[in-house]
Amino acid sequence: MRRSVQDIYENSFEFLRTFGAFQLFFLRLLRYSPGIFFSRFDLVVKQVYNTGALSLVIIMVCGLFVGAVLALQAYSNMSVFNAEDWTGVAAAFALVKELGPVLTAILFAGRAGTALTSEIGLMKATDQLSAMEMMAVNPVRRVLVPRFLGGVIAMPLLAAIFSGIGLFGAHLVGVELFQVDVGSFWQQIQLTLEIDDVREGIIKSCVFGVAASLIAVWEGYNAVPTAEGVGRATTRTVVITAIAILVFDFMITAALI
Amino acid sequence: MRQTRSVEIGTGLFVLLGMSALFFLTTQTTGGDDFQAESVYMVEARFENVGSLRQRAPVTMSGVTIGRVTDVTFDPVSLEAVVQFVIDAKFDRIPDDTDASILTSGILGSQYIGLQAGGSDMYLEEGSEILFTQSAIILENLIGKFLVNSGSSDEESN
Repeated sequence: MRRSVQDIYENSFEFLRTFGAFQLFFLRLLRYSPGIFFSRFDLVVKQVYNTGALSLVIIMVCGLFVGAVLALQAYSNMSVFNAEDWTGVAAAFALVKELGPVLTAILFAGRAGTALTSEIGLMKATDQLSAMEMMAVNPVRRVLVPRFLGGVIAMPLLAAIFSGIGLFGAHLVGVELFQVDVGSFWQQIQLTLEIDDVREGIIKSCVFGVAASLIAVWEGYNAVPTAEGVGRATTRTVVITAIAILVFDFMITAALI
Repeated sequence: MRQTRSVEIGTGLFVLLGMSALFFLTTQTTGGDDFQAESVYMVEARFENVGSLRQRAPVTMSGVTIGRVTDVTFDPVSLEAVVQFVIDAKFDRIPDDTDASILTSGILGSQYIGLQAGGSDMYLEEGSEILFTQSAIILENLIGKFLVNSGSSDEESN
């Protein structure tokens, strides 16, 4: 009995400590970010390539099909009210405000976040990070910050590509397949969608980009330096990122309404 | 070196694609304001009932947007709704006996003000008031009237 109470105490204490360390880690990354961004831009470019350009295929294919299925669902429901023109509006709203940022962030965690975590975790397991410290190179500056920045830059762009391709998918289904008039399809979108809606999507994707990259980098840096530890850290990246993103999504939506 | 080059090209392509997607989303999918004017003049109109007319609703003439509603307030003395709207200064030859009615675009659409030109020689200008107005059609009132009418016609036929 006494033992379990002590366990709870220690565990909650440990949780609090980890949470605090996470915040301090974030601040540390932020402090180094401007310096790295301006002095070692080549490193950042390489990471934008790794996290962004290499995620393009999955983002574009998923975006196309998500947009297409949204239009499919919207059409079958809208046609009940003879409001087929609104097919595009339903798809556009869902894509720009919610599914674009959220699905991109979750796919990003699966494609790029895991790659970051395992790369950094493996660097740690093979003592590359310690070797850097021995050479008086700060591994947080040299390894973590460029990867964090790369993710932060890539994520909003990926989300925009996802929404854009998704609208194209909706166009394919709505206009080409179901013969909704192309003029009213796009006019209705333009009339209904406002710049604030797009802004909401952009704000979300920026926040998700910071959250997803931060979690991936943190998990990699704090992975237990064994094969099993790196595997666990990679899994945790996906789980924690998915939860964090959905919670943030709710909070941002509630704040912006 | 070769690898850096392909990385740079890939990154450039990716960022370009992302930027163009952002550009597409912000400019092509949002109609936003199709009303943009360098200078405008303010006109006022009083309505018995404005329905769900709100700020930023379009003001149209012959179906073309020429202005925008800037304010909807309630006059506590005359107990009427006062709608203020701006009209593009390009259109300065609108007769002052023009009448304004609140219309609905489509069956579920939003409400807007439609202007119907009059025949006067005097034109609307900053601060003038439109005297002939027609209130929004409230669906419930319409149904109410319809029910009353159909009831009385039944009595007549009996």
